Amino acid sequence: MSNTALAEKSSVPSHRETVESAVVRFAGDSGDGMQLTGGQFTLATAFAGNDLSTFPDFPAEIRAPAGTTFGVSSFQINFGSRVIKTAGDAFDMLIAMNPAALKVELGGLKQGGIIIADTGSFGERDLRKAGYTENPLEDGSLDGYRLVALDISKLTMEAVKDTGLSKQEALRCKNMWTLGFVYWMYGRDRKPTADWLIAKFGKRPDVAAANVAAMDAGHTVAETMELPDGVHGFHVDAADIAPGTYRTVTGADALAWGLAAGTHLADIKMVFASYPITPASQILHSLSKMIDHNVVTFQAEDEIAAACAAIGASFGGSLGVTSSSGPGIALKTEAIGLAISTELPLVIVNSQRAGPSTGMPTKTEQSDLYQAVLGRNADSPLCVLAARSPADCFEVAIEAVRIAIKYMTPVFILTDGYIGNAAEPWNIPDINDYAKIPVNFRTDPEGFHPFMRDADTLARVWAVPGTPGLEHRIGGIERDYDSGNISYDPGNHQKMTDTRFAKIDGIARDIPAQGVEDGATSGKLAVVGWGSTYGPISRAVANLRTQGLDVSHIHIRHIWPFPENLGDLLKGFDQVLVPEMNHGQLVNVLRAEYLVPAEGLNKVSGQPFKIIEIEDAIRARLEN
Amino acid sequence: MNVVTPPEKLTPKDFATDQEVRWCPGCGDYAILKGVQKTLADIGARPENTVFVSGIGCAARFPYYVKTYGFHTIHGRAPAFATGLKLANPGLDIWVVSGDGDALSIGGNHLFHLLRRNVDLQFLLFNNEIYGLTKGQYSPTSRQGTRSPSTPWGSLDNPASATVFALGSGARFVARGIDSNQKHLPDVLARAHAHKGTSFVEIFQNCKVYNDGVFENFTARDVASDRQIYVEHGKPLTFGKDGEKGLRLNTQTLSLEAVVIGENGVNESDILVHDETNRMIATLLAHMEPPALPVALGVLYSAPGQSYDDEVGDLVRSHTPAEKPDFNKLLRAGRTWTVD
Repeated sequence: MSNTALAEKSSVPSHRETVESAVVRFAGDSGDGMQLTGGQFTLATAFAGNDLSTFPDFPAEIRAPAGTTFGVSSFQINFGSRVIKTAGDAFDMLIAMNPAALKVELGGLKQGGIIIADTGSFGERDLRKAGYTENPLEDGSLDGYRLVALDISKLTMEAVKDTGLSKQEALRCKNMWTLGFVYWMYGRDRKPTADWLIAKFGKRPDVAAANVAAMDAGHTVAETMELPDGVHGFHVDAADIAPGTYRTVTGADALAWGLAAGTHLADIKMVFASYPITPASQILHSLSKMIDHNVVTFQAEDEIAAACAAIGASFGGSLGVTSSSGPGIALKTEAIGLAISTELPLVIVNSQRAGPSTGMPTKTEQSDLYQAVLGRNADSPLCVLAARSPADCFEVAIEAVRIAIKYMTPVFILTDGYIGNAAEPWNIPDINDYAKIPVNFRTDPEGFHPFMRDADTLARVWAVPGTPGLEHRIGGIERDYDSGNISYDPGNHQKMTDTRFAKIDGIARDIPAQGVEDGATSGKLAVVGWGSTYGPISRAVANLRTQGLDVSHIHIRHIWPFPENLGDLLKGFDQVLVPEMNHGQLVNVLRAEYLVPAEGLNKVSGQPFKIIEIEDAIRARLEN
Repeated sequence: MNVVTPPEKLTPKDFATDQEVRWCPGCGDYAILKGVQKTLADIGARPENTVFVSGIGCAARFPYYVKTYGFHTIHGRAPAFATGLKLANPGLDIWVVSGDGDALSIGGNHLFHLLRRNVDLQFLLFNNEIYGLTKGQYSPTSRQGTRSPSTPWGSLDNPASATVFALGSGARFVARGIDSNQKHLPDVLARAHAHKGTSFVEIFQNCKVYNDGVFENFTARDVASDRQIYVEHGKPLTFGKDGEKGLRLNTQTLSLEAVVIGENGVNESDILVHDETNRMIATLLAHMEPPALPVALGVLYSAPGQSYDDEVGDLVRSHTPAEKPDFNKLLRAGRTWTVD
């Protein structure tokens, strides 16, 4: 563990322009190390006291052919002295490590924005691969931008020439050269990255030294060279951030910690069974390291086996958890039905991605809400929760564990590729501030049968094999309400179906009332979101409210069942707008449940909403 | 001083539930159920510690009739449920009950991985070479040409051998029994139970309704002694009414051949001695088919190795600190910073 105390707010160096916030996008080839570079810039920015949000955006191919447009890997960060809620719309600075990166990303750069390009990678062949006939750095097509064209490849080679690395190894340091350059542009401290490099390349001190040398050289060049007109250093004040100990956290890591926190609070073992799938695998990786925290992970032979093993573990008195993305969840569906029918606790994580079918595995979408709420054979209700941000994954995971155990039910957690990979600073909570999650294993044989229920929650008893006197059989065949034995009785099936619904409906009484994130509790327009649209919706609504528009933001965590007051809350608004990264799912569930005239705002490009897109939609409804 | 009362000795009846058994009259499952209940009593199984897990099919109803813990799951996936259950509670004694469709068709993948991982449990495959519960379609073990509702002109695909599949999947215990042979079956089941790791037992089970007599070619009274061989570790592989027949290894063709002792210069020393720790012998035995060769019954292969659940347990123990670790420390591992 290493903790850094933030320095006092420094005075602004006179030669730097102070900005409230900035959006920087690093873009290069898949092999250029853009994700690592972005990750280091994120850490340095957090240490500088800014609030921030990131958006890693990379292809599914591990190493797409070098120099192609489809092999471009990008990392975007928005940081500022104000509260940052999204990774930002248009960027202020684009780092383009090759022509393909420039071609793919230029459209997202603000007019007049800064481009830092490596001329060493703009040879004729590189240009052709990216589909350029002329060199854009030279043909005047970038005249509307501030271009810093440097031969980063050559400058890197010079910087590391004394380290004895091969040419190929030396060239790999150019991302660190570039990072050093951008560090100077925003006045960032290089030391944490130097420390990280030395630790990362512990066995190759020559590689570590070369990377540090490249970073220092990039920094020095930025500091000493005569920058083009209009290009200069920037300063971003530290944000007003609540006191506490912070770390940057991705949604995948926060979710893993949250699940482990849940079973820690319940004081039971977690058996996490999963099959690798993008973008969910990171949760398996994170939990696999938590073996000392009563977490056993099992990489099953397939998605179905993963779900089944998790359910088997829950039968055995552990909390079974399984995780996947949409296509894998589809395979788990039959098993989830068994968990509903046998009323065993189970947490299912769906890191949603663009579909249908394989779709775009590394691109984000919110199109599995129907699958979670409705996507099973027969009447099979369960509970569905959605995380709104990386840090929120922690809270949602604990809530999922609580509900699964208390109500003996499967609980879905919906997250998505964007939240899973994105990072934000996290004020690390104290586990002792959370309520314990009571687990009541049945031990008393008196009057026992496996489907006896708690009168209040309707949860059945959790009777674990190994307990003397409670031997019983459960399974997927309908069982008698009063004995748990197999039953094909018509009236009994009606009663059991009704009871399964009543149990899930009852969760609505055990969750917080739906609040309003921003704005009044009634008015002209409610923008209702769920999941990772939180950032752009909240910024759009805040922006328009400062301009006097009557708009409120409602964000739903408990997707099923809904909070009890949600219907009444929505009925207090003249219009309801539901932005979703799907073709309209929550909007239809809301309409079906409450008969409210909700309208969708839908985006399925694999990219998160831009703030402006939501602002435009709100204006269109309020300004006519 | 504490007086330890030994647990009451249970009888087969103590392992019967109050549920009405719903198999067809004459089904071989009744005999297997009886054999299992006898075995549980013989081995001193504790009901609270014993779990029967099944998938879907006629055989999969088994757990409802055994007075232990039971989980009737979904088609083909019982091995995965059992694996998760064992990871949650390694102390449980788990039996998986499956049929030829459940284990080798829809669940073939899971069975393969269960055997390769060597999870400590008993896997019983009731093979009746037909789909019973779905009303008589041919199964992956049905012989080529089997006429069924879905194959009115006879099935086309080659049948799978359950034991050959198990050996190929890395099973470390492979045995065979016959439903009606109550003298032999409990012994095989007891051996399976004593083995640490996945114990795979194929039981030839007669489906009275859809495939009656399919095993008659080696179970019928008049042919049984010539077409069955009960293999025993360390003993010569002999069979026949008076043990006059035996199996000889043809070293030229690397195959087994049936010979008669005293004929054509064959004497007792020519007969192969069974070594249940030898995977090659087990594989040759598993491949035998009547009428040319007898069906091998008993423990074909037993070579214990560390089970998956044991390995997981070792890993967990080696990483578990003496004191419960501080969860707050986990959240604060790595780079952090403080805002005052």
